[in-house]
Amino acid sequence: MRKLLLLSTIAFVGLVFIARLFYLQVYNEDPYSLLDDNAIRKVRDYPKRGYIYDRNGKLLVANQPSYDVMFIPREVKPLDTLELCNLLKITKEDFINFYNKAYRYSPRLPSVFIPQLSRMEYAVLQEKIRKYEGFYIQKRSLRDYQTTIGANVLGDIGEVNNYIIENDPYYKSGDLIGKQGVELSYEEVLRGVKGIKFIQKDRFNRDIGPYKDGIYDTLPEPGKDITITIDSELQEYGELLMRHKHGGIIAIEPGSGEIIAMVTAPSYNPNLLVGRQRSRNFTQLYNDTIAKPLFDRSLKAQYPPGSPFKVLSALIGLQEGVVTTQDQFSCRHGYYLGSRRLTGCHSHVSPLSMNQGIAQSCNAYFVNVYRRIIDKYDKPSEGMDVWSNHVKSFGLGDYLGYDLKIGNKGRVPDGAFYDKWYGENRWSSTYNISNSIGQGEVETTPIQLANMVAAISNRGFYYTPHIIKSIEGGTIDEKYTTPNYTTIDKEHFEPVVQGMFDVYNKGTAYSLRVPGIDICGKTGTAENFMRINGKRTQLTDHSIFVAFAPKDDPKIAIAVFVENGYWGSRFAGRIASLMIEKYIRGEVTMTAMENWILTHSLENEYAKPYSGKEFGINRQSALQVIDKITKDTVVNPVSTRTSSFNLQ
Amino acid sequence: MQRDFRGLNFDWITIALFLLLVGFGWLNIMSASHTGEIVSYFDMNHPYGKQSVFIIFTFALIILILALDAKFYERFASLIYLISILSLLGLFLFGKNVNGALAWYSIGGMTIQPSEFAKFATSLAVAKYISDLQTNMKTFKDQIKAAGIIALPAILILLQNDTGSTVVYAAFFFVFYREGLQQMYLVIAVFLVLLSVLALKFNVVVAVLVSGILIFGHHFFGQKKRPSILQPIGILLVCVAVAFGIKYFYNNILQFHQKDRISLWLRLENDPQKLHELKQTILYNLHESEKAISSGGLTGKGFMQGTRTTGKFVPEQHTDYIFSTVGEEWGFLGSALVVLLFVALLLRILYLAELQKSQFSRVYGYCVASILFFHFLINVGMVMGLIPTIGIPLPFFSYGGSALWAFTILLFIFIKLDSNRINEW
Repeated sequence: MRKLLLLSTIAFVGLVFIARLFYLQVYNEDPYSLLDDNAIRKVRDYPKRGYIYDRNGKLLVANQPSYDVMFIPREVKPLDTLELCNLLKITKEDFINFYNKAYRYSPRLPSVFIPQLSRMEYAVLQEKIRKYEGFYIQKRSLRDYQTTIGANVLGDIGEVNNYIIENDPYYKSGDLIGKQGVELSYEEVLRGVKGIKFIQKDRFNRDIGPYKDGIYDTLPEPGKDITITIDSELQEYGELLMRHKHGGIIAIEPGSGEIIAMVTAPSYNPNLLVGRQRSRNFTQLYNDTIAKPLFDRSLKAQYPPGSPFKVLSALIGLQEGVVTTQDQFSCRHGYYLGSRRLTGCHSHVSPLSMNQGIAQSCNAYFVNVYRRIIDKYDKPSEGMDVWSNHVKSFGLGDYLGYDLKIGNKGRVPDGAFYDKWYGENRWSSTYNISNSIGQGEVETTPIQLANMVAAISNRGFYYTPHIIKSIEGGTIDEKYTTPNYTTIDKEHFEPVVQGMFDVYNKGTAYSLRVPGIDICGKTGTAENFMRINGKRTQLTDHSIFVAFAPKDDPKIAIAVFVENGYWGSRFAGRIASLMIEKYIRGEVTMTAMENWILTHSLENEYAKPYSGKEFGINRQSALQVIDKITKDTVVNPVSTRTSSFNLQ
Repeated sequence: MQRDFRGLNFDWITIALFLLLVGFGWLNIMSASHTGEIVSYFDMNHPYGKQSVFIIFTFALIILILALDAKFYERFASLIYLISILSLLGLFLFGKNVNGALAWYSIGGMTIQPSEFAKFATSLAVAKYISDLQTNMKTFKDQIKAAGIIALPAILILLQNDTGSTVVYAAFFFVFYREGLQQMYLVIAVFLVLLSVLALKFNVVVAVLVSGILIFGHHFFGQKKRPSILQPIGILLVCVAVAFGIKYFYNNILQFHQKDRISLWLRLENDPQKLHELKQTILYNLHESEKAISSGGLTGKGFMQGTRTTGKFVPEQHTDYIFSTVGEEWGFLGSALVVLLFVALLLRILYLAELQKSQFSRVYGYCVASILFFHFLINVGMVMGLIPTIGIPLPFFSYGGSALWAFTILLFIFIKLDSNRINEW
């Protein structure tokens, strides 16, 4: 027995050790990764971010170097403080403050002394920096906008936030990432792939040399350049026209679904969000809750579409066979159910057929068509579903699937919607006739409306709108080159297109004709309300216009939305015609129309709800005339980027 | 003819295990101590180069040991012991202080640590004393004498502030127990450890309470013939005294760094500020070595590929913490293999020891196994964070000439003795 004590102790200890090793190395172990090993320093090599070009190859966004003055507090030797302060245009107090702050953070680690010097400032400093021990320059790459337009399209880049760092292992603190627009949508293409170098450290955190002679190191892969579908000239023109108005313009090339222009107003100069002033400027833009310059109205603003929606009612009527192009309905300044007038209408000939109905935008005509569609079926909800499906096939009522990361679904009610509202079968077509004229429960965003027009101009199909034209060495998503067909047969489109053509020829947009270009359009005027001091108050109608041109070989489909612009052809129609001419002809000959837009502002209209005073709308509202806006008029809500130092 | 045959009668299994450990140890020392390119395996500017030289000397030593007559060791055991004691005493006059321990002679560029050699000398002396026909380890008188043989070098080493090496002398307990020490001592030893841990981890009251339950439990239920009630009460009173003694010893006698190591091991420190400080200093080694070992995973990062080894994150990684390099670069498979090699070596020595016909050889074999086992237990246990930090080398593995030679002498004297056993009648 005495022999067994040491023997069993040895065996026991052996087992315990192996168990402990198993626990430490096999059971307890996260898969070993070089990236997590703190004995290895990871130095990341940032690639050049891809450039952004417009559809005509014009460079819109490039990169610019910017220079941070860095320093390591412990290594700073006594120096000519005054000279350095003069070079950096700071005071001696600032110098002492920066130094002490950095020293408190860490005397051994590099801190930023002055961030983001411009090239000019750097040039002056470059010659002298060697005199200041402990100071050095770190190069960074910033975006360099070659244009002052398209802030909503191009977007901007900024430092990643903690949420992204935690959820995406690619990003590390301090990395830049696309925050909005195409910078966000095509972040992965534009950013490229960071390179990484593994460097062996010793326990004093000193570099010893490349880990395994750098066999795991990777070179950065430069970001790819992209070309977007925007025509920067048209975009710029659109932004000019929309100054002093709130609203949005979307222009689409119907044959491809490419977004040619995407204007939101008010907007801002994208250069505001670059460099040292970025944070301050962003806060100012963000805090402007009246103009909301960061809110992209062209994609996100959800309004009742108004009269442009009537063409859909006509198309569905034809498809469902409840109306022919010859059927006539009478209009007595509105639609009457018995003796009750359900909806009003303006003066025009009566009775009228489809062509006149569209051209004159007769409410009564479309209410009749709409009722026939719904009443064709036994139950109103069934009819409503059929109607709703037709509408939705035009891309309304849901996200369109375009390649920008913001948007709204809009709203297209179906049978269940009203069953829920009124109770099953406890309603009929007369309950929601406003839908037929784009009021009521229907809501759309400008881009949906433009897409709807594109589908009509194509006579029954559309390509999902998109902003990407091509990626350097890559292909774009297949869904942008596949047509989506509507539920309306091709032959029903011709009379409706003719009707829209007659809107220009003899209808509500007669005054907007552009000689030599066959434009088809549709005006719209949408009532809208706002809650002021808890009271639902009606504001001046929204001015809406949709159009496409040329009639038989459409090159551009456009939707224009001007908040509180009153009737459709007043602001939106003019802007649409000008945009179409500008795009198709390359120049604007309608100088009178252009002048009118550039000398009229709606700012006083937008100020009304906040004035605290009683105000009149529509007819009781006077137009504000201003000096003619030119390209150089500064309308940005915040000052543009200054390159000089403003530290004091 | 007989003579020639005897010359080859060594236990080749033990020798093979020894060679494997030394060879593998050398590879790991190379990995742990190289900086940049390896120009020569005998580069004297680096520990691995020196170790190469040490190993070559080792082979010379082995030949010398095996060439001497087996009787030499028994005959000159006392003299060797005496020389060893003198060399330890000499340290007080001529010693060199390294890391706070006065444990080295500096001769030319070399340093020699006599405490390493004292282990085999003491083993020889113990074996000689126990195998004496006059000695009966069951008697208290002889137990005291045997303990004295151990205590003398142990105390000298302790006075030189080399606590780690002192602890190893506790290994002789296994030898004494094998040779007749009463069962009671084992009970007392286990009981003392329990009492100390309880007294330190909790407090004296808990320690006394638990020991009281054990003592009275044993008194009332464990014995057929129940002695007087005064006996357990007396033992309990001793326990109380011991518990207070341990507390006093811990608080007032132990040096600060020793106290901290124990307090960390028993998780005694609750003050976060102090704990943080400890973690920065003492726990750092442990933390880094555990991290290096666990980063090895199942198969390790490969020879010379350990990131933490290359960065020299584990202090003393080529000496006491060499096992962390094994863990990092060879993974679970490699480090478990090392553990198994040690266990195999130890069991082989024990097996051979039991085969010995002379008591001297058997006792000596037991000494060898016990000492190697203690080193293995303390070193690997420390590197893996299982026991408090005690700085002693891993036999055959750690860098260092004195240790390598001392362990080689220790082992090969036994191999020589074993080779001679057919002549022992």
